[in-house]
Amino acid sequence: MATRIMMSKLSPTMEEGRVLQWLKQEGDPVESGDVVVEVETDKATMEVEVMGSGVLRKIIVAADATVPTGTLLGIVAEPDEDISTILAEADAAAPAKPAVAATASSAVDSDIAARTPAEALPEAPQTMPAAPAAAAPEQDGGRVKASPLARRIADERGISLRQIRGTGSGGRIIKRDIEAAASAGLAAPLADVGPEAPYQRVELSQIRKAIARNLSQSLGPIPHFYLTTEIDMTRTIELREELNESLESRGVKIGINDILVKTAAQALLQHPNVNVSFAGDHIRRFSRVDVGIAVAVPDGLITPVLRNVGHKGLEQIAGESRDLIARAREKKLAPEEYQGATFTISNLGMYGIDEFTAVINPPAATILAVGAITDRPIATDGAIEVRPRMRVTLSCDHRAVDGAMGAEFLATFRAMLENPLHMVL
Amino acid sequence: MATHITESDELLGLDRDALIEMLRWMILGRRFEEKSGEMYQIGEIGGFCHLYIGQEAVAVGAISPLREDDYVITAYRDHVHALVSGMDANAIMAELLGRIDGGSRGKGGSMHLFDRSKNFLGGHAIVGGHLPVAVGVGYSIRYRDTDAVCICFLGDSVANIGAFNEALNMAALFRLPVVFVIENNRYGMGTAVHRAAAIRNLADRACAYEGMHGWTIDGMDVLEVRRTVEVAVERARNDKMPTLIEANCYRFVGHSMSDPNYGHYRTKEEVHHYKLKEDPIKRFIDILTKHSLINETDLKRIESEVKQIVEESVEFAKNSPLPEPQELYTDIYSGAYPDIKRRDLWR
Amino acid sequence: MAVIAYREALNQALREEMRRDADVFLMGEEVGAYQGAYKISQGLLEEFGEWRVRDVPIAELGFTGLGVGAAMVGLRPVIEFMTWSFALLAIDGIVNAAAKMRYMSGGQFKIPITFRGPSGAANQVGASHSQALDSWYAHVPGLKVVAPATARDAKGLLKSAIRDDDPVVFLEGELLYAAKDDVPEDEDFLLPIGVSEIKRSGKDVTIVAHSRPLHTALRAAEMLEKQDGISAEVIDPRTLRPMDIDTILESVRKTNRCVIVEEGWPICGIGAQIVDDIQREAFDDLDAPILRVTGADAPQPYARNLEQLAFPQADFIVNAARRVCYQE
Repeated sequence: MATRIMMSKLSPTMEEGRVLQWLKQEGDPVESGDVVVEVETDKATMEVEVMGSGVLRKIIVAADATVPTGTLLGIVAEPDEDISTILAEADAAAPAKPAVAATASSAVDSDIAARTPAEALPEAPQTMPAAPAAAAPEQDGGRVKASPLARRIADERGISLRQIRGTGSGGRIIKRDIEAAASAGLAAPLADVGPEAPYQRVELSQIRKAIARNLSQSLGPIPHFYLTTEIDMTRTIELREELNESLESRGVKIGINDILVKTAAQALLQHPNVNVSFAGDHIRRFSRVDVGIAVAVPDGLITPVLRNVGHKGLEQIAGESRDLIARAREKKLAPEEYQGATFTISNLGMYGIDEFTAVINPPAATILAVGAITDRPIATDGAIEVRPRMRVTLSCDHRAVDGAMGAEFLATFRAMLENPLHMVL
Repeated sequence: MATHITESDELLGLDRDALIEMLRWMILGRRFEEKSGEMYQIGEIGGFCHLYIGQEAVAVGAISPLREDDYVITAYRDHVHALVSGMDANAIMAELLGRIDGGSRGKGGSMHLFDRSKNFLGGHAIVGGHLPVAVGVGYSIRYRDTDAVCICFLGDSVANIGAFNEALNMAALFRLPVVFVIENNRYGMGTAVHRAAAIRNLADRACAYEGMHGWTIDGMDVLEVRRTVEVAVERARNDKMPTLIEANCYRFVGHSMSDPNYGHYRTKEEVHHYKLKEDPIKRFIDILTKHSLINETDLKRIESEVKQIVEESVEFAKNSPLPEPQELYTDIYSGAYPDIKRRDLWR
Repeated sequence: MAVIAYREALNQALREEMRRDADVFLMGEEVGAYQGAYKISQGLLEEFGEWRVRDVPIAELGFTGLGVGAAMVGLRPVIEFMTWSFALLAIDGIVNAAAKMRYMSGGQFKIPITFRGPSGAANQVGASHSQALDSWYAHVPGLKVVAPATARDAKGLLKSAIRDDDPVVFLEGELLYAAKDDVPEDEDFLLPIGVSEIKRSGKDVTIVAHSRPLHTALRAAEMLEKQDGISAEVIDPRTLRPMDIDTILESVRKTNRCVIVEEGWPICGIGAQIVDDIQREAFDDLDAPILRVTGADAPQPYARNLEQLAFPQADFIVNAARRVCYQE
């Protein structure tokens, strides 16, 4: 009895896999349970065991080809068994999935793509993504039925139509609904009705829209993971004081943040695999460190970018940073001054935040969330000491940066801050 | 084919000046229409443009005996009726070119010429629609008890439409001073008269209305037309009785500038025959020549004068501006067009 | 003031205008010796003689054009149609001749003519005789269209129509001729063409109705007040072209709701135009879709029950008003 060797769905998120290598060649005898092919999934390299015995009659998908899950990779059967029906099935499935060829050719070089046999294409139901169903709820979500008058009054009074249940035909929100809402008070207008919790409607400013647009691209498609460490800031604080004393005559004042920027840049230079961006079909590893600094402005935040920080001294960084932050708060930055950071630092320490996680600001693959420097008791050499400690959390785009890579970078970053001399290493 | 309805000398007792004046009108009508055709062909005139070439004897013969307080109303083949009624050739040509100095400020076009100052009441383009209007003019004449008359020109096909009966019936019933002149050019567009009317002579339809005379005459003979209309006008003026005159004529051109001259409905030979043998202008010149009232020099002078009028009209029309956009919404109501700006947001 | 019937008010208007202006004459079927098919012209022949009160043969196209011709040369004809249904035979004279003459002649010829006669529904006269073609005429630039609902309005507006220098289509309600009302006897009593009147004040919903349906609308307004506590404002445009839309807009801006009633067919009806004006100019004042109550979209049936069903009924208007007030 013939046995199909499939590109199986090996994880919930897996949609395609790459054939790494065939461990058997066509004609080789195969026992049930033998590993015949290695497949690379989105998570790992997996060994595919065959579920039947015979000989490997046909290799359909060659090594290095990437194919959707459900694709027939090969056939194990008795030496004289007729496998034409199975091959025909694969053939029949092929025209229904023209997108597969594109996927394959984008993932592998064209030579291999050309050799990817058409019969390798899967049966349609196995690989059809569930995407269409996902879009449906959103389409209905945005539409609120309200009379033109109701809209106008709601607008004038700053009442969100979404918090009101319409009593007109078909649930249309009409004038009296707005008036009822208004007389009920904006604090708790009809709080117990409607599917949504009450809230006050605040119109999106342009900057807020931009943030939403940008960051919603983040936690959606970007698989975040977070690495937190706590850093002893004793030496850094001392360093800063020394520097500022010596620079006082020049009117220069260096902030902790400036040191963090510089340190991050130094660490990134040592760990270029973290100074990257995931670009869909490739990763960009930047040859320059451009550090964005998240700055709170009245209606949102903006991240002015300090360019080529690795090659700048602290004095220069402090000066540029002060200028950028000042202009950011006045909304006077040019787009090129707040776009394209390869790494971002978001510091909420001044708000007394101990630690937090930040959302990656694409296209960068990382962002560092910095908490307050707080005196904490720690055990040092068997004794309890109180030291100024600072917790940082690195958010990483897992598509480009893995845990160990991030951890290594963070270790360097911590070491440099705990012993600033490391910076000159 | 002609039935003389009065006995008088061939020249109707008209002096040379009056006769030459008639000839001059006919030649002006001919040349003006030739120029109109040319202007149509070069795209200066658009839409429907019906030329009068070949029928000049009817308009000139019928309008020339009228008084200033008499009225003329006609259908859409109206350029020459307007001219002979006294409408300025410049205003006519400007109207044909759709210019602001046209009689209707460029808003009427070829089929809708009007000149109130000359009692020329149009220029009506819906076949049959103007007959009742003519009867209303006749009614107003009786109403005011004056002795003016109204001449109403109509095409042969109008004799078959309901309005013809309604109008002629009331004209006879109320004894209105209206002279109906059918210009029977033998074809209603491309339909021969005998294929549309169940009667040999259209004028015989007058017998349906008590007291109304119906006369069929040679409409290519300008003096014959004039002689007959004079009698009808006197009946209208004095006896308050309408008359139906059928002037048999021929159009030398197609129904309109966008219609073929001959082909399916009439032959080339037929058209040529009429042009060669029946041209009303040639026939009139022959009569005047026979009576030694005109010579080559006179003719050249007339042609030259006419040419000047026609060319000046083209010059005038071309120099006249197009109507301003605001003309779109003027002349619709006695006052301003109410609320139009609120509904028409895009003009 | 005297309480007189709609038909008497029209008779007064004609008589006064004919006395005032010798250029005014009345022409139509049975207007003279018969004293008028609906007695509008009673006594006029005797007073003014046959040239000014002219019986005509049944020839609508003929005497319509006759009126246009007379108007071209300075008279002020009043052309009576025995009913507006018969005017269908004359529509070329109204649309192509009367309405467009001023335009086609570049303003040389004004046409001060009044076309008048009974219009709209009548009782059991069937599909050919019972119809409201108001929107046909209101569609045509160059025409003015007046449709009074009361004796007072009929008199004041007919006098204005006769004095107007433009062709006026004057639609009398065939079933209104006996309706009585206080009518000024003053010979200078005129009501301007193109001015709506608020026939009943209210605050919750605007009901627009002209001609006979105005009375239905007023009845509906009473019912709404009593049964539902809905306060309806009832507006009679009186002139359908040019329509005084501002009065309607002002009311809708106050009530935020509108129901439009007419006897004619729904498609492309008078109400459709009013809806257009409201949505364009008062969109943000609307709290509900505008609803229309019209004659049934069917030829007028003969059978009494079907005929009643075909008219706009008061309870239709009540229901429409309730719906736009969200009080169903």
